[in-house]
Amino acid sequence: MSATTATGGLPSDISSRSGAHDPYRLGRHDGGAGVGEGGPASRYVTVSYGFWIFLLSDIIMFSAFFAGYAVLSGATEGGPTGRELFDLPRVAIQTGLLLTSSFTCGLASLASHRRDQLFTQVWLAVSGLLGAGFLLLELQEFATMISDGAGPSRSAFLSSFFALVGCHGLHVGLGLLFLATMMAQLAVKGFRDDILRRLHCFNLFWHALDIVWIAIFSLVYLLGASS
Amino acid sequence: MSTRDSHEDHVPDMDDAAPGQEVVNDREPIGGLTGYIIGFGLALLLTAASFAVVMTDLVYAPAVISALVVLAIAQMGVHLVFFLHLTTGPDNTNNALALAFGVFVVVLLVLGSIWIMSHLDHAMMPAHQMAPGGF
Repeated sequence: MSATTATGGLPSDISSRSGAHDPYRLGRHDGGAGVGEGGPASRYVTVSYGFWIFLLSDIIMFSAFFAGYAVLSGATEGGPTGRELFDLPRVAIQTGLLLTSSFTCGLASLASHRRDQLFTQVWLAVSGLLGAGFLLLELQEFATMISDGAGPSRSAFLSSFFALVGCHGLHVGLGLLFLATMMAQLAVKGFRDDILRRLHCFNLFWHALDIVWIAIFSLVYLLGASS
Repeated sequence: MSTRDSHEDHVPDMDDAAPGQEVVNDREPIGGLTGYIIGFGLALLLTAASFAVVMTDLVYAPAVISALVVLAIAQMGVHLVFFLHLTTGPDNTNNALALAFGVFVVVLLVLGSIWIMSHLDHAMMPAHQMAPGGF
């Protein structure tokens, strides 16, 4: 009993102060991290975790398209090869647009944590415009290729190319729709808990799309243009 | 708790971090604006390196594919750490384990497909050696 009063009655409750030095409260069994004693996770954590699982499954779906492309990339059937088709300066601009978009999306997330409606909206709008620019360049590339007789029906290589890159483009398009919805909801409903959760899920989605694009520009465009 | 960030409507959960959660990582170098700027700089650098590998003769031609794969994996790592705030801290075990399983499936799927299909390619008789009536 004396021990309980001694720990419970300490003038400076250690566990409430130590957060700055030991944010995860390692080795403490008062519901510290990683020991399963903290009780159910908050809704913010479970929702984001569920979305994280979705993103990983989405990336696994992309990996199937990548596997298909890797197997068929040599099957040009006498038609144009990647070396003849890929325009690297355009791909560099696309990469810059998507990367900057990911960065500004992060800035929007920081602004939303400051509850700064104006800058959250501004950075989200910038992300959306950069994403739209990316999509525009991609559609332009597809249109040029198809009008040059290098459409998806020309060879197995081109079928797998259009499937993989088109699938990513479709995701970016859906992401823009998601973004516009979030901007509208944020403007009308403000920084409500559920809106913040959705905004966070959008952030995860947008960053994940950029990760998929890294694989596409490296392994499809750059590798295709070099071999 | 006094150290919990008061600018969140919901109480930040220090035991489990959501993937990409900003607040939990506020005190770490990868958190906040600094984290995004470092990540953006590193990603730009790695992207430039990838394009340089292909557009110049810096890298021995047969090694270009390895260089591109390594640079791509490095850049994905940068994105995961600086943009998605993935750490190996105890609050992130669920996120990191899910990612590890995802990477496992992706590697199995891609390398497995390439391996099996290249074997099939070798085992296949070239079309001009086939008997006209089939086998």
